[in-house]
Amino acid sequence: MTTDATGTTTAAATGSAAAQVEDVEAFRLRARAWIQDNLTRGHAFASLRDRPDEEELAAVARDREIQRALFDAGLAGICFPKEYGGQGLTPAHQSAFNDEVAGYHYPARLQAPTMVPCAAVLLEFGSEEQKRQHLPAILKGEEIWMQMLSEPSSGSDAAGALTTAVREDDEWVLNGSKIWTTGAWWADWALVLARTNWDVPKHRGLSVFILPIHQQGVDVHRIEMLNGNREFCQEFFSDVRIPDSDRIGDIDNGWSVCTRWLFHERMLFHSPFATMPSGGRGGRDSGSALALAREVGRGDDPIARDLVGEAITLELVGDAVTNRVMRGMTTGAMNDQSAAIVRLFGGLAGARKTTIAFELAGGEAGAWADDDGLATDAGVDQLMRQSACIGGGTTEMARNVISERVLGMPREVSLDRDVPFRDVPRGSRR
Amino acid sequence: MREEDGGGSISGNGLVDLSIVAHEIGAHAAPGPLVPVNVVAGALSRSGSHPDVLAGLLDGSATAGWCLGERAAKTLVPTGLEIAPDGDDLVIRGVKRPVESAAQASHLLVTGRTGDGLSQVLVPSDAAGVTVTPMKTVDLTRRFSAVAFDDVRVPKSAVVGEVGGAAADVELQLLQALVLVAAESTGAMQSAFDMTVQWAFDRYSFGRPLASYQALKHRFADMKSWVEAAHAISDDAAAAVAEGTPAAASLASAAKAFIGDSGGELMQDCVQLHGGLGVTFEHDVHLFLRRHTLNQTLFGTSVQHRQRLTDLAEQQENAA
Repeated sequence: MTTDATGTTTAAATGSAAAQVEDVEAFRLRARAWIQDNLTRGHAFASLRDRPDEEELAAVARDREIQRALFDAGLAGICFPKEYGGQGLTPAHQSAFNDEVAGYHYPARLQAPTMVPCAAVLLEFGSEEQKRQHLPAILKGEEIWMQMLSEPSSGSDAAGALTTAVREDDEWVLNGSKIWTTGAWWADWALVLARTNWDVPKHRGLSVFILPIHQQGVDVHRIEMLNGNREFCQEFFSDVRIPDSDRIGDIDNGWSVCTRWLFHERMLFHSPFATMPSGGRGGRDSGSALALAREVGRGDDPIARDLVGEAITLELVGDAVTNRVMRGMTTGAMNDQSAAIVRLFGGLAGARKTTIAFELAGGEAGAWADDDGLATDAGVDQLMRQSACIGGGTTEMARNVISERVLGMPREVSLDRDVPFRDVPRGSRR
Repeated sequence: MREEDGGGSISGNGLVDLSIVAHEIGAHAAPGPLVPVNVVAGALSRSGSHPDVLAGLLDGSATAGWCLGERAAKTLVPTGLEIAPDGDDLVIRGVKRPVESAAQASHLLVTGRTGDGLSQVLVPSDAAGVTVTPMKTVDLTRRFSAVAFDDVRVPKSAVVGEVGGAAADVELQLLQALVLVAAESTGAMQSAFDMTVQWAFDRYSFGRPLASYQALKHRFADMKSWVEAAHAISDDAAAAVAEGTPAAASLASAAKAFIGDSGGELMQDCVQLHGGLGVTFEHDVHLFLRRHTLNQTLFGTSVQHRQRLTDLAEQQENAA
């Protein structure tokens, strides 16, 4: 690679025409200048807190506007191909953007699941027509997507989907229910895994479809979480008609799409298709633990300082193990299933940091006044603590994956292999 | 160590190379005064003093001990021992313990207080007034002693660095020791874990291997995540200390705290999963348990390092 005076790098593809790719550092400076001029500084997005609907809708609208502005500035879809509205750049460019956008308001609600896994799956499996219809619209902030994978009867066991699509001429008729879609009430489109054949083993009778969420036959029900948050939704499908042109991948071969879908989801924090500001780890950070200790007058308490130090340790070690495993998977030193190590560590560390804040807050975690500052969320956060170990795949599933797929220990007995799905034992059928 | 002193490294980054050696020494529970010899040699090489002693350490004809710890120490660098200037000499008063391989060492690097500052002096272990008393320890492959300095008089030429101005040197030595201990303990964790995974495949109960029980598989998954995390933070700490980055001290303390606690649990779980065999002398798992347990106690406990992490975070705030 050579760099000319304009900061443009010429990368000669092997045996084909040379492509002009913007130099990463030049891109970084361009991104930095635009971010400083156009974005406001802001706190991390806390999706699981309780907030009024008007506030949430305003935040969604704002995210769409920022996404549109990014698109107009040539900064949206950094690793998406140019023909679909992206920038056609490299993961190194996305990484530079992640560095620069840290500490600023960015379109947080448009990253997961819209960009990853939905847009990534569309890019990988969509037809030319599907990609041209949806990818530019996604990159402009016009389409927010949901992933409809989990069902009331199957969370960890995604391939056990009961939601069924039946073929009628050039259409499919969808019936069933999906659950745990965060923000479906304000989203536009969805990627849906459905059963299209009950007479074959479970992984061989699934297909993937796309559908507009707000249409006849789709009932979006909001689930109230124990902290009052109502972002999680459940959808009920009653004879929803899907044109066959909205099928993704081959009929009954949806699990091969789904395998990559799940891979993209696991890669979220390291995906070239999503913007994830550097240094963001989700949940409470150790800086807030120290501030909380001071607010409650425990800044000099050795026990409090031990707890703050533990929060710092978990962050530094969490970053280190994430980088180690990602590097290992990139070089092939570790298999792709090793991502479960990061998931397990992150879930447990997140839960522990929540407990540390709860412990530091002391009595104010149980009963607080509005002006109690950082302590005011500690109690309710503790009630929601396990969400760190449930959302995005439970830590129990991660432990199964690590022991079976990384350490090679014997698989758990499963009673649903090599039998037609309709004969698989299920829970109560009411 | 500088190449002109007879040192040099393959990668150009000596501490990172050495941490790989430390990892292997831990993985084999190998004996030998790895930490003190390297820390003292590094200190001598940086100060440019005592080239004859340094040459002996590098060619393996001599070993050295580092006298840092004290009984019931409340800080990572205790200052009960005094190094007092007296005319052209320095007089050393106090007791250091535990000092690794002091009874085998030809020289001792003594860290102590001079006024409000720190000083370091290199003392021949047979100097008048030096008493080395062997201690008992959990690790059968290591030797520790208490070293008493009863008005030990040394010339100013014994000084390593500046009298009263050794704080930065001592801090660097501490970070290097933390990196080596972290790497060594990670190696011990890896070996104990590998041995226990193999045992889970080999041992059958009720007609099936231990490795087929989900209750045990999940514990192995937790341990696997700890082993990988220990490797990761150990490597990050080594690189940061070697390069002298601003995060070096925090990473070294995070490594010490995390590897101490998670490794401590891992070692005990490895014993547990071996059943009665795990607490016999004949089974090798105790060699790694011993090495790790000893290392948990050296150069500050997990609790001390977590509190230090909070201190460091406050220092960073104040500097910002």
